[in-house]
Amino acid sequence: MTSVSSSSEFHHQHHFKSADHQYASSKQGIWLFLCTEILMFGGLFVGYLIYHSLYPTVFKNGSETLDWKMGAVNTVVLLVSSFTMAAAINYVQRGLHKIAAVMLALTIACAGAFMVIKYFEYSHKFHVGTVPGKFSLVDPSCAAGGKRAECESKISALLKNPAELEKNHVSTEEVTRLKAVISQPKWEMFYGFYFVMTGLHGIHVVAGALLIFWVFIKTLRRKVGPEYYTPVEGVGLFWHVVDLVWIYLFPLLYLVG
Amino acid sequence: MSSAQTKTEHGHTDHNYLNHGSGIWSWMTTLDHKRIGLMYFATVSTLFLIGGFFALGIRLHLAKFGATPLLDPDTYNKFMTFHGAIMVFMVIIPGIPAFLGNFILPIQLGAKDVAFPRLNLASYYIFIAGALLSASSMIFNQVDTGWTFYTPYSTAKTSNGVILLVMGAFTMGFSSILTGLNFIVTTHKLRAPGMTMDRIPLMIWALYSTSIIQILATPILAITLLLIGAEKALGVGIFDPDLGGDPILFQHFFWFYSHPAVYIMILPAMGVISELITAFSKKTIFGYRAIAYSSVAIAAVSFLVWGHHMFVSGQSTLAGLVFSIITMFVGVPTAIKLFNWISTMYRGTVTFEAPMLFALGFMFLFTIGGLTGVFLASTGMDVHFHDTYFVVAHFHYVMVGGTLMALMGGIFYWFPKMFGKMTSDLGGRISWVLIFTGFNVTFFPQFILGAMGMPRRYFDYLPEYTNLNQISTVGSWLIGLGFLVGLITIIHGILKGEKAPNNPWGAKTLEWQTTSPPPHENFTTTPTVTAGPYDFR
Ligand code: HEM
Ligand SMILES: [Cu+2]
Repeated sequence: MTSVSSSSEFHHQHHFKSADHQYASSKQGIWLFLCTEILMFGGLFVGYLIYHSLYPTVFKNGSETLDWKMGAVNTVVLLVSSFTMAAAINYVQRGLHKIAAVMLALTIACAGAFMVIKYFEYSHKFHVGTVPGKFSLVDPSCAAGGKRAECESKISALLKNPAELEKNHVSTEEVTRLKAVISQPKWEMFYGFYFVMTGLHGIHVVAGALLIFWVFIKTLRRKVGPEYYTPVEGVGLFWHVVDLVWIYLFPLLYLVG
Repeated sequence: MSSAQTKTEHGHTDHNYLNHGSGIWSWMTTLDHKRIGLMYFATVSTLFLIGGFFALGIRLHLAKFGATPLLDPDTYNKFMTFHGAIMVFMVIIPGIPAFLGNFILPIQLGAKDVAFPRLNLASYYIFIAGALLSASSMIFNQVDTGWTFYTPYSTAKTSNGVILLVMGAFTMGFSSILTGLNFIVTTHKLRAPGMTMDRIPLMIWALYSTSIIQILATPILAITLLLIGAEKALGVGIFDPDLGGDPILFQHFFWFYSHPAVYIMILPAMGVISELITAFSKKTIFGYRAIAYSSVAIAAVSFLVWGHHMFVSGQSTLAGLVFSIITMFVGVPTAIKLFNWISTMYRGTVTFEAPMLFALGFMFLFTIGGLTGVFLASTGMDVHFHDTYFVVAHFHYVMVGGTLMALMGGIFYWFPKMFGKMTSDLGGRISWVLIFTGFNVTFFPQFILGAMGMPRRYFDYLPEYTNLNQISTVGSWLIGLGFLVGLITIIHGILKGEKAPNNPWGAKTLEWQTTSPPPHENFTTTPTVTAGPYDFR
């Protein structure tokens, strides 16, 4: 029972000695949880590094087909959101609920912007066919029986069809890059990592946005304030970790080429 | 202890956590760690019965070689997979920490509850969700990969049911992380006044070390399982050699979790044994610090030895050698514990009630399991024993002979505290005799079968293996009978047991200082600790 009274006075839970005691415990819990998040992404990073060293050309060519401008914009968006989140915590601690709520709303807006940009990135990849394994084939049934190498991929089909190229806004420059990609065996590997890593990160962005929305409501209702701001701070820490993961993903995926 | 809460008055002796609020809803929404522990008890026991059903099915099938099999090969593989997956992910891993740990840890620390009671309830429901998700694969799309989900078979060949099972295990892993986190914070922050770190009971040290493993290892399993799901659903190819992936990487990832996971299974069991040995020897434990720190040491070393599962996977000879040597190191802290338990019993006033019998059973069976582990850790011998029944016997000695024995001992030991009633000691002893005998009859022949070369995970065998297999099957029914007697004893205890005193075993740890069963907030007044947990003389 976090029995928080309307604004000024906060009652800590019955099994803690004091509000400070409860705060310190919650904070330890949140940090431990964040360690597990980092470890989980750590597994992916280890895998990425291994395959990057196994197939350097595949990863270089693949990374060149990503739109680094979109990635860069997204990096900025997340950095801004990190700032607004930190500001929100600060305002809640000082009891400035209105401006804190505005900051939280801005953070949610940034998360939304991030996902919209992601949506454009992803959908272009679906169109040109730089997608993970199964979907990169025009005819997946052709891959059955181990004849994968002879199957035609979506990209190669696309590249043969100028009208389709035009329709999908593929520039000549991009055509060269795409050709470079499919000239390599096992080129789908890169997109496997790209989609799993950014996909898992994207799920975290959505989860983070929902959590921020939750503390946003709490802030509006003045359930948090100078005496009790643990949820805002906890969510904020989570959000910083989500940012942090992206800060590593961006150069690794978009810039290594 | 000034709390701003108003409704904290539960002084009456007849008022306890069991009758604090009634009706099914008060249980489903309870934040009381003791009730949540009992809910795990009910859940895990049910799952154990299901896993046991598959085990008996497998064993019955193997009683006869050749034609007229009970199960066709496909069904056999599915039985074996569900047996293994249920027993590992849903019985042995949550068994002691989530059930006994939840019940005991806060009381032993002198706390009113775990640090995050709502999170605790949430972990329970997350566990249920994961178990249901996994179980749905039993109905919709059965899996035949074995509980290890080795690639490329699991990602490129078998049915999509793998996704369900794997996501279920992922979800249960999440629950396990949250429980571990809760225990760590509780141990750090909620100890009663005077309960310094070198006065916490050894059960807590064990649970604490386990929680560290849960937090550090489970995320790796999580990502591995997610990758299998993604690979199956999207064909990302990270583990599929057809697409350029590396199936051995999967094994590294998998065992990086799953070897530490065997210590998630066994460390809490060792904690239980430390409690039982002292309580039934009426003697201060020998080498408190050594036992406590050896738990932490085991947790640390457990992360460095995963490669001993991969001696024949094609890893380099050097890697094999290194993993082999480090693996042997685990024996050191383990032996420290064993010798300290024996020294504790020496010249103690030892009595042999049912819980103590299970503790002795643990020491005997776990030692056999551990010693045969040394065989398997020697690279040369493992080439012979790998994937034979020798391995099956080894891990059953460790997991069943070790963890389950401790779990049973722990249940009979803390039962009076949980329900305020005594179980029939005779019932407990009969159950022990049947399980202990049946266990050896079942699994000892499997060492021989393995040495003779009978491979594991096969639905049939050569005629020369028939006799030993039949003995093994007979033993499995003895085990089944033993657990049945145990179950009856427990149910009889709950319904008809005599009223239990507060401290029936004369033990010294804090949970015995409160009433049986304890009040909703564990203690009517917060205890102050002035001595170590086992000060008998
Ligand atoms: C009556 C008791 C039991 C019997 C008769 C029994 C029997 C078996 C058999 C015949 C197998 C198949 C071995 C193979 O072909 O590789 C097996 C596998 C296994 N058992 Fe048991 N078992 C029992 C209890 C348990 C318990 C209590 C646990 C765990 C706590 C457990 C964990 C496992 C695991 C992890 C596997 C490996 C499954 C796999 O290879 O995927 N068993 N058991
Ligand atoms: Cu191992």
